Amino acid sequence: MNVVLKGWRPILVLILLIIAWEISCRLCNIPGWLLPAPTEIVQEMVSGWSNYNGHLLATIKLIIIGFLIGSSVGIFIAVCLHLVPFLRQAFYPILIISQNIPIIVLAPLLVIWFGFGMLPKIIVITLVCFFPITVSLLDGFRQTDRDLLHYMQMAGATKRQIFWKLEWPYALPSLFSGLKISATYSVMGAVISEWLGASKGIGVYMTLASSSFRTDRVFVAIMVIIILSLLFFLFILFLEKRIIRWKPGEEGNAYESA
Amino acid sequence: MNQLEIHNLAKFYGTKKVLKDISFTVRDGEFVSILGPSGSGKSTLFQMIGGITKPSSGTIYLNGKNINGKRGHISYTPQSASLLPWRTVLENVVLGQEIAGKKDLEKARKMIKRAGLEGFEEAYPHELSGGMKQRVSFIRSMMSPQSLILLDEPFSALDEFTRLDMQQWLLSIWEEHKKSILFVTHNIEEALFLSDRIIVFSSSPTTIKQEFSLPFPRPRDRKILLTDEFLHWKRKIYQSLSGDESEQLSK
Repeated sequence: MNVVLKGWRPILVLILLIIAWEISCRLCNIPGWLLPAPTEIVQEMVSGWSNYNGHLLATIKLIIIGFLIGSSVGIFIAVCLHLVPFLRQAFYPILIISQNIPIIVLAPLLVIWFGFGMLPKIIVITLVCFFPITVSLLDGFRQTDRDLLHYMQMAGATKRQIFWKLEWPYALPSLFSGLKISATYSVMGAVISEWLGASKGIGVYMTLASSSFRTDRVFVAIMVIIILSLLFFLFILFLEKRIIRWKPGEEGNAYESA
Repeated sequence: MNQLEIHNLAKFYGTKKVLKDISFTVRDGEFVSILGPSGSGKSTLFQMIGGITKPSSGTIYLNGKNINGKRGHISYTPQSASLLPWRTVLENVVLGQEIAGKKDLEKARKMIKRAGLEGFEEAYPHELSGGMKQRVSFIRSMMSPQSLILLDEPFSALDEFTRLDMQQWLLSIWEEHKKSILFVTHNIEEALFLSDRIIVFSSSPTTIKQEFSLPFPRPRDRKILLTDEFLHWKRKIYQSLSGDESEQLSK
C-alpha cells in the first residue's frame, strides 16, 4: 500500500506517456504494422492468449531451469574462489575480463557444438546468470566484519565454523542482490537463446511475429517479457524478506569520548 | 598461580618496532588493566595473545603452556559488541560454547537473567541499546569455556552514565565467576575502579612504563571513586602516564 502511495509520481508519468502514445497513434493515423496503439496491444494480449500461452510456458520452464543451474554455478564458483585464495588470484581477473565478451556472439558457437536442444540455451542462461552472483557473493565474503572474524579466530573456530557461522550468513544480503540481478538477466538470456533456434518460446513467438509484420504481437511479446522479469524479481525479493529477518547494516553507537 | 605469563614479547613490522620488552603476568582470577594512549599497540598485543599474530620474539604462556600462535585459548571481546546480527541474544551468548563443541542453553538463560536482560532472549542485536549489546557480548565471554577473557575497551563507545553502570555490573558478574580478565582502557578512573593491578603502557614502540598493585578491597563500591585514597592513586597514575602522551588521554 505504501509503495502505491509513494509511487504515484512515476506511475502518473507512465500513464501520461501511454495516453500520449495512444492519442498520437490515432491522430496521425499511424499504420498498425509500424506502431500499434496501446489499446490494440492490450486487445491482442487478451484475445491472442491461446496463440502464445504454449510459448510462455516453454519460456518459463527454460528460465527456471536456467536460473537454478546458473545461480548454483555462481554460488559454487564464489565459494571455491573464496575458500582457495590461489584460485581467486588466478581466476578472478579472468572472470572480470570474460564479461567483456557479449554472450550473444558466443551463441552461434554453442549451436555448432550443442545443437538446438535445451543444452545450449541453458549454457547461455548460466553464462549470463552466474557472474552477478559470483561477484556479489565474493564481495559479501570479503566484507565480513573484522572484529567478528577476530573474535571467532581467537575463540579457536575452525575454517569451516567461520564459514558457516560467520561468512556465509554475513554474505547472504550480498548474495540476494546478485540473485535479483540474475533473475532479470535469466529472462533476457532465455529469450536470446530462443532466437537461436527453438520450436517454442516467447523468443520464437517474437521472431515469427516480426517476420510477418505483426507488430502488435511483437509488443505483446515485449510486455510478456517485462512482466516475467518483474514477477521473477519480486519472487526473489519475497524470498529475501523471508530469509533475512535481521536488519542488515546495523551499526553500533557513535563514538563518544568522555 | 600465574595463569598468563608473557616473557619479553616483541613485534616488528618490517623495521618498525610496534612492541618491545613486554613482560607481565595475570594470575588466576585476577583483574588486570592495561592503561595507555590509543594506538599503543594494544590490539597487536591482543592479537598475539589470541594467537592470530605471531610475536617476532618472546613467549606467551597460558597455565605453563606455550601458546605462541595457538588459537582457542582465550575469549576475546572486541571494542564493538560484535554480536552476530542474525542470531538472537540467546544464540549469540552460546556462540563461544558452540565453537568449543557443546552448548548449555539452560545456563545461558540463567546468565541472561542474572545480567538483567530477562525477556530479551529472543531479541535481535539491532533491537538492543549499546550498553545491552555490550552486556550480551560480555556474557558470551563468561559463558565461553576459556578461563581468560580479553576485553578491548568495551565501554569506550558508551556515554558516561551507562559506562558507570556497566562497570559496576561487570564487577558484580565477574566477582561471581572469577575468571581472569585482561582489560584494555584509556580511562584512568575505569582502570582504578575495576582492577587488581594496572600496567601502564607507553607508545611507539609500546613498552611497559610502570606497574601498580591497587589496595582497594572487593567487592567494590562506587563510593570509593571520591575517597582521598582513590584520588591519590589517580594522581600517581596520571603522573606515570603524563609527559609526551598525556594530551592523548581521554581524561
